[in-house]
This record gives sequence, structure tokens and C-alpha cells, in this order.
Amino acid sequence: MYLIFAITAGLVGGFLSIAMRLELQEPGLQYFTNPQTYNVFVTGHGLIMVFFVVMPAVIGGYGNWFVPLMIGAPDMAFPRMNNISFWLLPAALGLLLISLFVEGAPGSNGFGGGWTVYPPLSTMGHPGPALDFGILSLHLAGASSILGAINFITTILNMRAPGMTMHKMPLLAWALLVTAFLLLLSLPVLAGAITMLLTDRNFGTAFFDPANGGDPILYQHLFWFFGHPEVYIMILPGFGIVSHIISTFSKKPIFGYLGMAYAMVAIGAVGFIVWAHHMYTAGLALNTQRYFVFATMVIAVPTGVKIFSWIATMWGGSLRFTAAMQWAIGFIFLFTVGGVTGVVLSNAGLDRNLHNTYYVVAHFHYVLSLGAVFSIFAGFYYWFPKMSGRIIPESIGILHFWISFIGANVLFFPMHFTGLSGMPRHYVDYPDAFAGWNRISSYGSYIFAAGLLVFFYGILRAYLSPVRAADNPWGVGATTLEWTLTSPPPHHQFETLPRIAGGSH
Amino acid sequence: MIAALGLLGMRRLPRLDGDLSIMTRSIIGAALSKFGAALAVLFTVGFASAALAGTGQPSPWQMNMQVPVTESAEFLGAMHNGVNIVIALISAFVLLLLIIVVVRFNEKANPVPSKTTHHTGLEIAWTLIPALILVGIAIPSFRLLTMQVQLPKADITVKAVGHQWYWSYEYPEDQGGGFTFDSYMLSREDAAKANQPALLAVDNELVLPAGKTVVVQVVGADVIHNFAVPSFGIRMDAVPGRLNQTWFKTDREGMYYGQCSRLCGANHAYMPIAVRIVSPDAYASWLTEAKKKFASLDQQNLAIASNE
Repeated sequence: MYLIFAITAGLVGGFLSIAMRLELQEPGLQYFTNPQTYNVFVTGHGLIMVFFVVMPAVIGGYGNWFVPLMIGAPDMAFPRMNNISFWLLPAALGLLLISLFVEGAPGSNGFGGGWTVYPPLSTMGHPGPALDFGILSLHLAGASSILGAINFITTILNMRAPGMTMHKMPLLAWALLVTAFLLLLSLPVLAGAITMLLTDRNFGTAFFDPANGGDPILYQHLFWFFGHPEVYIMILPGFGIVSHIISTFSKKPIFGYLGMAYAMVAIGAVGFIVWAHHMYTAGLALNTQRYFVFATMVIAVPTGVKIFSWIATMWGGSLRFTAAMQWAIGFIFLFTVGGVTGVVLSNAGLDRNLHNTYYVVAHFHYVLSLGAVFSIFAGFYYWFPKMSGRIIPESIGILHFWISFIGANVLFFPMHFTGLSGMPRHYVDYPDAFAGWNRISSYGSYIFAAGLLVFFYGILRAYLSPVRAADNPWGVGATTLEWTLTSPPPHHQFETLPRIAGGSH
Repeated sequence: MIAALGLLGMRRLPRLDGDLSIMTRSIIGAALSKFGAALAVLFTVGFASAALAGTGQPSPWQMNMQVPVTESAEFLGAMHNGVNIVIALISAFVLLLLIIVVVRFNEKANPVPSKTTHHTGLEIAWTLIPALILVGIAIPSFRLLTMQVQLPKADITVKAVGHQWYWSYEYPEDQGGGFTFDSYMLSREDAAKANQPALLAVDNELVLPAGKTVVVQVVGADVIHNFAVPSFGIRMDAVPGRLNQTWFKTDREGMYYGQCSRLCGANHAYMPIAVRIVSPDAYASWLTEAKKKFASLDQQNLAIASNE
């Protein structure tokens, strides 16, 4: 259900982004007569993709389904809480969609202040009720995630099968455990910040209003204290998914298991103390900027450990290039590209010329669109037989991969160039000099969208075909517990708890 | 250093049959030399694009930063070029490893998987080496940051105020100024008539002298804007209720454009920054003229500013 929800929301978010690329294909205004509408599309695209596509897919979808299976538990610890956690999401998405159609800035509908919702643009800049709907939507989505996080922590800490110690636990469970802690600690801060925004807007408070002694920069600190862990919330489950796929199709156990698990813990922990690297141009003091440069660079180390450990897992293995495996290998390379541009941006000095340019857009789409989204597709092709009991022909998954790989690179790589040459973000229109690379980017987005048609065709084929999936379609490499069950697994899997024997990793 | 890691990886993770040393080294040697050739091509392209790079404004198909005209922007550009090579090498190294893995360890080439799951030396290496590379990057990075953030003694101070959706500039009285004016973007038609780049050209430019240290005070009148001029290597948020300062000094006369770099509402894309750097003499005569030209507007502007 989470996955179907995420795919549906993904279509909405994807539609918004294609509309943006259509507009940006040429300089001048072509489709958006009111530039504010473009800002609303950008904001909607960001919020939907983050809160209603990536998070429900990796945490709600794969996490809820496979963490209990992998640790040998009959279900999540609190199934009813899981239920409310899901049903809050359609309500939240509904509120967000309503917000697109009520007045925001004077004379236009929807909120167009970016997903970061910085005041004063989000207070005095948007007097209409659009953002109030948006804030309530985020409250609901946040509550849903917090409930989910509690559920994961309880399940993983208490419901592992006898013999499965923490250090034998599959990496997806480790990933979700770290993610759940990040959610639990960061979302309340977001909730606080947007509640302050809500009272500033409606009840006369002045937390962020400088005219009455408030400070807009305070909001930025609060937002990014949530916002930075949020990016790890989106990518850590992807790390877990990719680890299993790489191990399965290399027919080898994961290399450096403990290093992999604790690299995720380290990324999660350090992720909480780097937030102000999003604020290098806000006028922070020299020493503050120095600290955040240093802390941010530290994150590259555990991330590097993960990249090299995946490669070492494949080294000496016997690789089978299924669709899932190709998506996973694509993930490793593209995530590396996104990671190294992160190292560039971590330097406040260099960020001086890159902050809020398309270089940043390129960077975070390489780690999120090409990272998190590729891991979602990799997981989909990997677990689809288990989830549905049916089979998507491998050739379709592989075709989808290559179309997406080419499309996404054509789409996002030129953004490095427009960013370096100075094109700022959130621009509906641009000087003629940027036209060339923007046209290329737009073509890339159409290629990527064509890939999605292949994806849906694959699902259709799977359901129309009489072929059924075996319990373990992937052979000896697939060693985690979900492959010992039928495809699809029964309700209340593991009536008798499995016992885990053997040495630790 | 990276090549050393590659060799280490090769040596310590042999295939089961153990015929590692000579063959793997020759493979990686050949691969590295090919990779070197590819890099050479990359550099040529890079330099070609540097030649394309506009001064003070972007040029079509540009792939690198705009030509720097201040000391800190030159440092920024040079450091970026250096770091860019490092990250290109790292990405290429990861790609190379992936290609080797795909070629050598597929099901056909290597039907029996190895059982290796640990190698302490290797794990320490791929923790320490990236850490050392980062330290190497951090040293110039901290120098650059200090140069940007620590303000030198100003010869001239001007104030840039971001409004929805234009900039206004204030020249203080004690430096021969004492006036304020607004700077709006020219429409595409007007820019074409004036033979200036569309969406960058403005009606009233920010005029400043060459060879002087200029401190720009940046503030927002309504929402947050951002004052950025890529060729100067400066970018500063214009936050309401907060006086941010940045600085530059350039010896090169000319036009330098920038654009608002903080989402500020509907016409965010239509409030460019245009700085004209002139000789000190020309600046002095401009000041006299501007004083007359903007004196009549001054009272009006102040009234608007106080309303906002």
C-alpha cells in the first residue's frame, strides 16, 4: 500500500517536474504566464517527492514489509499503529494538494516559497491560506513518520528471532533502525519550527519577524536541524537495499559487515551536527562556518567506507547482472558522483560561488533522484517476485534501467555546468547564455519519463502472465530470511520463530 | 595515493586461484594509462571552456566558473579547479573498479565466488586515505574562507537593499555620496536596444571605482534576497533586520552581472545585479552627476523605504 501510494504521488511529483523542464527548455516564458505558478510547482515537486514518494517508499514500503521478514518477526510490533501511520499520509497528501488550489501569494494560488518554507517569504510574502494547508499537511506527514519510527525501533530492538543478535541483523534492519532514530529526533524540531511559523502567520507571534524582535535566521537553524538528517532519512534505507542486492547477486556475504553497519550509525550521528552548511551565505560568523566545513567533510569518510565495501563485496564474487543488480551498480556510481560534488559544496569558500545555483540542484538530484530513487527501483525489481508472487521479465527491468540511467544523466549532468557558470535556482526564466545546457536537460527529463512507461508495462506484463515466482528466485546468494517463505509471504509469517545458528559475520 | 589504494586493493583481494601479482598490475597499469589519456582530453575540454567563459556574465555552453576578477575569486576559481580534478579522479577510480569487477567477476569469468568478507588493512586504508585527502582540501579551504569573511579596511562602503523585486543602492554622504537609487531590470526589448544581455541588464547600475576596497552592506527590505556577483566571488543573503557585509576589490574595469540568489517570490528571476567598475576619475565625475540626478528621487525613495 505504501508503495502504491508512493508511485501515485510520484506521478504527481513527476508531472510537476516535467512541466518545469518544459518551461526551462527555452529562455523566456512559454507555459507559465505567472512566474509565481512556477515557484508553486517547484515547491510542490520538492515536498511531494521528499515526503510522499521517497519516504513512504523506502520506510513505509520496503521497511515495513521486509524488516519483520528479515529479522524473523511475525509482523511489526504495533500493527494498528502502522495502520494509522499509513492512513495519515493520504490525508496529508490531500491537504498538500488542496494547498495548490487556494490562494497563497496575493493574486495567485498555492505556496511558492520552496520546500524550505523560509520566512518572511512564508509569512508576509504569502498571506493566503495555502501555506496553512501546507503546514498542517507536514504536521500529519510528520506524525505519521514519528509513529512509524517508534514502531521500527520497538520491532527491531525487541522482536528479532532467537539467536539473531544485533551484529547478525541484516543491513536493511540496521539502516531502518538508524533512520528511525533520525526521524524520532529530527521531526519534532520541524514540527516545532512550522508551528511557530503557523502562529506567526495567524496568531500574532513574532518568532521570525525582525520588526518585532524575531529572527528569520532562527527558522533556518531549526529547519536545517531537521532538514539535514532528513536527507539521510531518505538515503540510508537505500544503502540497506543496495547492500542486500549486491550481496545476493555476487553470491558473497557483504564485505566488512560491521564497518557497513557502524558507517550508517556514524553518518546518522554526524548528520545531526552539520546543518548550517546549508546557510553559508546567511552571514554566519567565520568560526561558525569553519566548524561546519570541518564537520561536513567528516561525513565523506563513512560514506567512502560504504562505497568501497560494496565494491569489495563484488570483488571476487560471481556476479549475475539481473535488473536489480544493474540498478544497484548504477546507484553506486551515481551516488559517488553526487557524493564528491558534496565535498566541493562542503567548503564554505567554494560554496560562495555555488550556493543556490544549479550546481546544488545537480548535487542533490544525483544523491536523491539518482541515489534514493535508483535504490527504490532496484528494491522493486529485487523484491517484486516476493511481494506479488509474480515476475517482471528481466529484459524489461534492464531496459528501464538503461533508459533511466541515460535520461537521468542527460537531465542532471549539464546542471553542473549551468551552476558553475552561475545560474541560480528557482528561476522560471534565464539569460540566453544558459539556454544550451537547459535544452539538453529538458530532453533528458523526457527520456527519463519514457523509462517510467517501460516500468509500468513491466508490471502489467507480470500481472497478465500466468508465470508464478518461486520462493527464492535468486538462487544461493539470497540468504536473508524473506527468501525462506512463500512468494507472496502469508499473513503472520513465521508462526514458529526461526532460530538463527552459526557464527557472527 | 589513489593509485596506491588501487594496487593495494588488487593485491589484497586476489581471485581464489591466486595468480594475482603480475597480471593484475599490468591490467591496472594499462587501465590507468588509458585513464590518463582520457583525463588529458578532459583537461583540454576544460581549458577550451575556460576560454569560452564570460567575464562578468555567462557565455553559451560555458562549463566552468565565470572569469574571476578579484583576488578572492581567483583563489576560489583555482581551488575549485584543483578540487574538481580530485573529485574527477575519485569518480573515475570508482568507475574503473566497477568496470574491473563487472569484467573479471561475472558469472562466466568467475563461477566460484570467493568467501572473503574482511580485510582489516584495506578497511583502514579506505578510511584513512579519504580522510587525508579531505585534510588536504581543508587547508586551502580555510584560508579562502578567512579571506572572504574577514573584512579589510574599506575605501568605499555602499549599501545594497533587496526589495520585491529590485535592488536599491545607497551611497553614504561622507564619501561624496548621500543619495539612493533603485535598480530595475531592463525588459528583453530594452536590453536588446541597449545591446546588453537580457535578464542581466538594469536601468541604473551600481557604479564603483577600480583598485579600491569596497565593502557592500547587504540587507533585505521585505523578504530574504541574495546579493551575488560570480566574477567577484561574493554572495550574501539580504536578510530583513540583519546587516550582512561582504567585500571585493578589483583592478579590472568593466561590467559585472549577478542575479538574486534566494527565492523571493514571483519575480525572483527578474532582479539582476549589475556593477560597473570604472576608473577612480570617472567614478568621481559619476558621483557628482549621480548626486544631481538622484537628488530629486531621494526623498521619494526614503519615503518608500520607511513604508516597507
